[in-house]
Amino acid sequence: MIHHCCRSSYFPREHYSVPENNRIPHLLSCNSPTRFTSRRFESIKPDKQLDYVNDNGGPQEYIDIVLSSLRSDTVKLRHAKKLQMFDLRRFMILSAVRETVLNFPGGIVKFTQELKFLSESTERIPCYRVLDDRGQLLSNNCMQIDKNIALKMYKDMVMLQTMDAIFYEAQRQGRISFYVTSIGEEAINIASAAALTIDDFVFPQYREAGVQLWRGFTLQDFADQCFGNTLDNGKGRQMPAHYGSKKHNYITVASTVGTQVLHAVGAAYSLKMEGKDACTITYFGDGGSSTGDFHAALNFAAVMEAPVILFCRNNGWAISTPVTDQFRSDGVVVRGQAYGVRSIRVDGNDALAVFNAVQVARKIAINESKPVLIEALTYRAGHHSTSDDSSKYRPIKDIEWWRLAQDPVARFRKWLEGDDWWDSQAESELREATRKEVLHAIQVAEKIEKPGLHEIFSDVYDVPPSNLSHQENSLREAVKKHQQDYPPDVPF
Amino acid sequence: MEHYPRVCVMGEDVGHYGGSYKVTKDLAKKFGDLRVLDTPIAENSFTGMAIGAAMTGIRPVVEGMNMGFLLLAFNQISDNCGMLHYTSGGQFTIPTVIRGPGGVGRQPGAEHSQMLEFYFQSIPGIQMVACSTPYNAKGLMKAAIRSENPVVLFELVLLYNLKERIPDEMRYHVMQAAKTLVNKGYDPEVIDIRSLKPFDLYTIGNSVKKTHRVLIVEECMRTGGIGASLTAAINENFRYYLDTPIVCLSSKDVPAPYAGTLEEWTVVQPPQIVTAVEQLCEL
Repeated sequence: MIHHCCRSSYFPREHYSVPENNRIPHLLSCNSPTRFTSRRFESIKPDKQLDYVNDNGGPQEYIDIVLSSLRSDTVKLRHAKKLQMFDLRRFMILSAVRETVLNFPGGIVKFTQELKFLSESTERIPCYRVLDDRGQLLSNNCMQIDKNIALKMYKDMVMLQTMDAIFYEAQRQGRISFYVTSIGEEAINIASAAALTIDDFVFPQYREAGVQLWRGFTLQDFADQCFGNTLDNGKGRQMPAHYGSKKHNYITVASTVGTQVLHAVGAAYSLKMEGKDACTITYFGDGGSSTGDFHAALNFAAVMEAPVILFCRNNGWAISTPVTDQFRSDGVVVRGQAYGVRSIRVDGNDALAVFNAVQVARKIAINESKPVLIEALTYRAGHHSTSDDSSKYRPIKDIEWWRLAQDPVARFRKWLEGDDWWDSQAESELREATRKEVLHAIQVAEKIEKPGLHEIFSDVYDVPPSNLSHQENSLREAVKKHQQDYPPDVPF
Repeated sequence: MEHYPRVCVMGEDVGHYGGSYKVTKDLAKKFGDLRVLDTPIAENSFTGMAIGAAMTGIRPVVEGMNMGFLLLAFNQISDNCGMLHYTSGGQFTIPTVIRGPGGVGRQPGAEHSQMLEFYFQSIPGIQMVACSTPYNAKGLMKAAIRSENPVVLFELVLLYNLKERIPDEMRYHVMQAAKTLVNKGYDPEVIDIRSLKPFDLYTIGNSVKKTHRVLIVEECMRTGGIGASLTAAINENFRYYLDTPIVCLSSKDVPAPYAGTLEEWTVVQPPQIVTAVEQLCEL
């Protein structure tokens, strides 16, 4: 069947010309309603497909079914005399086919005499990887990546690792109230971001600070958000590590698990309507894949043919719940097929594998206007957050093994060194400089004043309604009267 | 939808079917099946999608087949729709309209007869409006679509089949009672509250200053209903103008029964309104 992607913009413009990659030859004008599947509004008559079985040809699938059934079934000739008007051959084919297939709502289905259930467990889907544990390329095919991009990827991975370590310590020292690290998932963060463009919208869960780092969010920006000071573009309204930046097309993190997957599908819908050369990407964990929103989003992305990349960071743990208690399917990748979504499993600790997979997924999403599910297998080498101590529910030796032996940053470095793009001196210089930069950002952010009282009431609506103005006034009066009882570092 | 290409509609059966109550009839033919989008049965799904689309430039109008079903989307509406403008520091706006029919209809049973206003009223960041006539429905819809804030627009099932100028059941009951009272010599001033969040305290206040006695009539349930918060708001702001305590007449705190007679008596009827006013005026 014809299946197209809507590359033409939906919104009328004055001087519109059909873009070259428009796959619908008959869609000449963007003023006509966009149809994202040519099946729409066709009535589904049970015999409609059967009428295709004639010399004018029909869907190849149908012809194959017909041929295979003719070989095995007996033709019911006794009916032939009653229907002399019809072409005998056509009748034979029709009745033979009726015995073996039926055009149920949803499509042609073959019948079987075997009472057989599909097994609930299958062999595990293999995992795509490019580099082995020692950073060597696995296949002889050359890895095509620009040296500058590879180096930026590495530097950002180191930056992320350093930032995580120091901010975590800052929380332990009581300087910030909360923090979430991405230890063990640096490759997922940076490599996936590197494979996208700035026009692609990112809908994160909360362990994807690296994506924003790649896009240009500075260390100072991160620190300002964690300290919730006036320079925070979230105006001190969200918990630390709940970053967001319109400039970088990185939607503000909400603590609700899985809700962002739906938002990403909606944003993909808006990109599809506008015919933009961009997609959306959303990240979630193994735990997030159990939420109702995930299933609804996956299903609907498939139906709507939305250009969205659904990236699952299967790191083995949802706080203290291991994946064996989270689901009984072979991870998350098999769900793609169940919903009609193309999917792939990649080694999340292999930066080059993640980079390749996301790059191709982006092409599929945009050119074919289809959702893609990527499951990156990895390990959450850090705790869930600063409110968690994961040694309470998993062996420390496991944590240590993954953190050291499977460190994605080290593996990528070994590959860079193997290609002579990096060396130990550059390494020590980078680590030293990065550490200084992060410490400096924290020291600066700590001293900047907090947002003023007015920011409690602004942005609830576009314009504060009277009840909020009234509440602000009564709060101001209370603070003025009892200044000693209110925090002194909040500007009045 | 004609004037603003970015306005779109999402909901169950809104496309070629035209909507369960035919509110979106023929829109899909005119604007295409992408702009008038049929969704699978997952209210959290299309509400979440609408939020994502709104953050990236679209102005979606989400149709709940019945307002009661939007309880499935409550997480998206409260935690994301209402909050994201605030928590993002004003960076992302969510100009979405969530609308649907609610309230008692022609015996659709308990699950199809809910009033969701009071579930939503405490969500910060959303605006709520309710229409009571076809005329104000049009105005409110246009205003809601143009608003930069997320708006929940409550419609009433019984309104859909009625022609112009005939109002919804509760307004109809109140106007009937008002006629009876006028014939008995009373002088009631009736305010049809269309803005539920925030309340239009200016108009209400002017009336309280004039009449000094307040009777609230609503289809919400008694406990935790809109009437309860309105009582609190009026008491707080205008207590010196009140001669008597505020009386609030609401639906009974029960699921709406199916049987027609029972259904009728769970909601406020004109004789109850008349009696309440008479009692108020005797005090």
